[in-house]
Amino acid sequence: MKPIIIEGTPKTPSVRFDALQGIIDIKGRSIPENSIEFYKPLVDWLEQYSAEPAPKTNVNIHLEYFNTSSSKCILDVFKKLEAIHKAKNDVVVNWYYEEDDEDMLEAGEDYESIIRIPFKMIELED
Amino acid sequence: MSFNLHDSYRKMNEGDVLLAYKGSITTELITNVLEVVESKLDDIKTASAVRKRVYNVLVESLQNLYHHIDEIPEDIKGKFDRRFGVLVVSREGDAYRISTGNFVRAGRVKQLKDKIDKINSLSREELKDMYKFVLNHQKLSAKGGGGLGLIDIAKKTGNKMNYIFHNYDGNFSFFNLNVFVSDSQN
Repeated sequence: MKPIIIEGTPKTPSVRFDALQGIIDIKGRSIPENSIEFYKPLVDWLEQYSAEPAPKTNVNIHLEYFNTSSSKCILDVFKKLEAIHKAKNDVVVNWYYEEDDEDMLEAGEDYESIIRIPFKMIELED
Repeated sequence: MSFNLHDSYRKMNEGDVLLAYKGSITTELITNVLEVVESKLDDIKTASAVRKRVYNVLVESLQNLYHHIDEIPEDIKGKFDRRFGVLVVSREGDAYRISTGNFVRAGRVKQLKDKIDKINSLSREELKDMYKFVLNHQKLSAKGGGGLGLIDIAKKTGNKMNYIFHNYDGNFSFFNLNVFVSDSQN
């Protein structure tokens, strides 16, 4: 599978999806007006990836901001990953948040309570 | 005519204004506004948690406008841009006020009022639950709106939203929404 590598913009995150290494990275800001446009190719990629995932998938989500439109799409990403996890593959989500960013920590905990994958909350110091 | 947009805009502009805009709400405009407000907030000595919250709430407010202002009264189509909306960011007491305005169809007023009243009546825990429920159960619209904007604003600010509907004519009202991000919060 071809990896996805996307540079970040002021409204969309940088992305690295690498099937060979089992790496799913989303980093930066996700505040586009229409998030479906941005996330659909990512969700489609994961659908394909789920047919033949790496033995271990490391998911790193490090967002500074995301809007509510993106929050649904991010949930769709997690749902694909949940299916991979359910099929007895190792999946771990590392949810990064800046020190003192309670809102971002809470957002991670919200996903953790909806999605059945192990989450690790990682606080980053300034 | 009972409602005068210029008077209303003047009222919204009272106080210590960081940014005021009236006109077409486009993706480019949103990008520019966010950039300007972010750099202004950087210059002001504000705790980073508050800065982030203002930014987040501003994103949701603008995108709520963007997703909902697709209709404009016939007789003002010539006077205003098709995607007309108003935004004012200002300081009020120990809070940032984000004030938005847009035309809504008279038929939507009650539904919108009920939604805001409902959200305003919820406790923090109830808001959290509502957010998670809608996140998990409601589909995104074709335009990318998810019905989460107001819930998220209420959850993040911890303050009641205040609103006024000015009757424009029989068919349209001008909807002015004010949300507040306090310097110190729970």
